[in-house]
Amino acid sequence: MAERYSSFRGNGSLWLLQRLTAVFLIGILAFHFMLLHFVNHAAEITFAGTTARMQQPGYFATMVLFLATGTFHGVNGVYNALLNQGLDGTARTVVKYGLAIVGLALVIQGIRVAMAMAGVTIA
Amino acid sequence: MSQSYDRGAVEDFGRWREFSAGMWAWVFHKFTGWVLVGYLFTHIAVLSTAIPAAEGGAAAGGDIYTTTLQGLESLLVVRFLEIGLLAVAVFHILNGVRLLFVDLGVGLDSQDKSFYASVILTGAIVVASIPTFLTGAI
Repeated sequence: MAERYSSFRGNGSLWLLQRLTAVFLIGILAFHFMLLHFVNHAAEITFAGTTARMQQPGYFATMVLFLATGTFHGVNGVYNALLNQGLDGTARTVVKYGLAIVGLALVIQGIRVAMAMAGVTIA
Repeated sequence: MSQSYDRGAVEDFGRWREFSAGMWAWVFHKFTGWVLVGYLFTHIAVLSTAIPAAEGGAAAGGDIYTTTLQGLESLLVVRFLEIGLLAVAVFHILNGVRLLFVDLGVGLDSQDKSFYASVILTGAIVVASIPTFLTGAI
């Protein structure tokens, strides 16, 4: 058995989540590129076409899950990269919560966008 | 069989001429990751035009969402940036698959070969996609 090396330290559940989201994102990112560049050409995207896709509950849910997992994977990836560079102490805490807030804000904005695309409003 | 090496820190980028395949994989994965997360924020910002478009009754067309996206797509530089994004995404996916196998301890002895395969396959997929990405722009 090879000696396992990993530069990741600390929270094991974050380590696992980074890999679980990776598995999901491998498929969904490829699907996203295929659908919006090869099946539908990006230059021909219209609001009506976007609405037609986003009004399908399965597609809507998949895109929101794509947003949430992609944001987590990306923001946690940035955090891991900064830890690799030696981020520590108070700066580490500030960056951790700063990234969490920024990631959450992106997901909230993304959900607002998804709802506008689908024509869903909260009464 | 298994053996550990001390090749120094990959963060010490001034030593790049001494980097092995696995270290380049690490560098490329970090670089493509930074690009993708940066793009994600830009992507949601551009798609946020859907909010005023929906409020303005976009069904008739000529809305800010459609005109913004089609305006961007009419620029050749945006098409090339999209090809760059595809290259970055495909490499991150393929090397990501490689990393999942590495994490599972599968194929460790050929991790350098799987990195080269990721690069070559990325190149092939991107080159094959160029005509589709440039359709209507040139």
